[in-house]
Amino acid sequence: MPTPSELEMSRRNLLIGTASSVAIGTVPQAARAQNTVTGGTATATAPTTTRVSFTVNGAVRELDVDTRTTLLDALREHLHLTGTKKGCDHGQCGACTVIVDERRINSCLSLAVMHEGDSVTTIEGLGTPEQMHPMQTAFVKHDGYQCGYCTPGQICSAVAVIDEVKAGIPSHVTEDLNVPPQLTNAELRERMSGNICRCGAYSNIAEAITEVAGSPA
Amino acid sequence: MKPFTYERATSPAQAAASAAGARDAKFIAGGTNLLDLMKLQIEAPAHLIDVNGLALDKIEPTPDGGLRIGALVRNTDLAADARVRRDYGVLSRALLAGASGQLRNKATTAGNLLQRTRCPYFYDSNQACNKRQPGSGCAAIGGFSRQHAVVGASDACIATHPSDMAVAMRALDATVETVNPHGGARRIPIADLHRLPGDTPEIETTLQPGELITAVTLPKPVGGKHIYRKVRDRASYAFALVSVAAIVQRDGTGRMALGGVAHKPWRVEAAEAALPRGARAVAARLFESAKPTSQNAFKLALAERTIGAALMQAKG
Repeated sequence: MPTPSELEMSRRNLLIGTASSVAIGTVPQAARAQNTVTGGTATATAPTTTRVSFTVNGAVRELDVDTRTTLLDALREHLHLTGTKKGCDHGQCGACTVIVDERRINSCLSLAVMHEGDSVTTIEGLGTPEQMHPMQTAFVKHDGYQCGYCTPGQICSAVAVIDEVKAGIPSHVTEDLNVPPQLTNAELRERMSGNICRCGAYSNIAEAITEVAGSPA
Repeated sequence: MKPFTYERATSPAQAAASAAGARDAKFIAGGTNLLDLMKLQIEAPAHLIDVNGLALDKIEPTPDGGLRIGALVRNTDLAADARVRRDYGVLSRALLAGASGQLRNKATTAGNLLQRTRCPYFYDSNQACNKRQPGSGCAAIGGFSRQHAVVGASDACIATHPSDMAVAMRALDATVETVNPHGGARRIPIADLHRLPGDTPEIETTLQPGELITAVTLPKPVGGKHIYRKVRDRASYAFALVSVAAIVQRDGTGRMALGGVAHKPWRVEAAEAALPRGARAVAARLFESAKPTSQNAFKLALAERTIGAALMQAKG
C-alpha cells in the first residue's frame, strides 16, 4: 500500500497538471487540515488503518486503508482506477458516480471501509476502448460531452437510470405513482439531475441515453 | 477529515452502548450528510459506529394496519415501496422531491430525519454560528437570510430543517422508535423529535446521548388526496424555499405540514381546522407567530400560494 507521501507525489498529480487542478488542490488542503487544530476535541485521535475487501469490476481487491479514505479515493489513489473523477468531493456534482451492488452512488460520500463485501462497477468495468458499453458508444455518437470530466459519472448514472426505470422506481416528475414510469425526456432529465455538466452537453447526453433506452438490451 | 476509529455494530443495543461508552462517537449509516460535514470539520467524531449491518432495512405491516419502516431503509426503496406509493403517497412524493438519485440510494430513513441544516453560515466555519459553535452568535441574522426560517426561530438561530421526508412524516403522524444505551426502548411522536432552536440551537432533537433510531412507524392509512408541493430555486436537486405536505379529504378537511419555513417540520393543528376555508385562513394561523427577516418575508406569501396550489390540486 502506498504511504501518504507516495500518494502526494503520485504519478498522476505530477503528470496531469492542467486537467486535474481539483485533484491537485486537495493535497495541500488535506495536509493543512491535519495540522490545524479545530473543533472541540483536545486529544487528537491517531490515524487508524483498517483492512477492507470488495469486488471492483469483477475482481476481488483487498486494501489497507486509513479509515478516512472515501470509496472514491480508494478507487483512484489505491487501485489507480482514475476513470472515476473527483469534482466537488461533496456529493453535489455527480462526477464520482459509481455503481455499487447495482445502485448508483456518489463515491465521494462513502467510506471505503463501509464497502466490505460489496461489488463496485466503475466506468472501467462498463466497457473498454475496444469493447465499449452501448452507453459509451451512444455518448461518442451523440457528442454527449465536451471536456469529458463529468462523463464517467454521467455514463454510470445513465446506465443505472435505465435499470431504475425498468425496476419501476418512480421519480419527482412521475405523474401517477401507481403506474410503471416510462423514460420520457422529462423523466430522464429529472433522474440525471445529480450529474452536473459545466460544458452544458445536456441535450446530447439526453439523446444518447434515449437511444440506449429505446434499443433492446 | 480528522482521524477516527471505526467499528461495525453487531446489534442496535450494542451500537447504543458503544456510542455512550466512547468519546465523541457518531453513528454512520448512509453517510451522505455526516461525511460531507466531516470533510469540512464541522463534525469531527473520534469514533464512528457503522450501523449498516443491523438488518433494520425492512418495511413491514404493523398489527394496527400501519407500516413499520426500518431505520436503514434507503430513501429510494421507501419512495418506491408499493404500499407507500398506494397508501402514503405524500411520503413517496416528498422523498422523490429531495436530493438526487445517487443520494437517495444511500441516504436512510433515520439519517434523513437527523440531517443537519444547510444554513450557509453553519457550513462556513469563518462565520459565527451558535449551532456549530455555541455562544459565537448567528451571522445569518442580519446576513443573507433568504433561505432561512420565518417562524419558530430565535435570537440565537434562524436555520431551517432541510428534510422533505420529515415534513411528510409529520403530516402522517409518524412515530420514531429508538433503543438507548441502557437496554431500554421508547417511541417518540415525530412532533416531539425535532426541537425549536431557542437558546440551544446546537441541540436539534430530543434524542439522548447514544440513543439510536431503529424504525419509524406510520399509523394505518387515512385515505384522502396526498400532495407534496415543493418550491425551490431549481426544478430539481435543491432544498425547499417552501414545501407543503397535505392530505386532503373529499369534504375539504385534512392535515398539512410545511417545510423550509422553520427549524422543524411546521404543523399547527389549529390551522388545519381552517383548511375548508382556503389558503389564506390556513396561512394566517400557521404563521400567527411569524417573524420573517426583510429578505425572507416573501416566504409568507409564497407559502400561502403554495398551500392554495396544493388545495387546488386536491380538488382536481
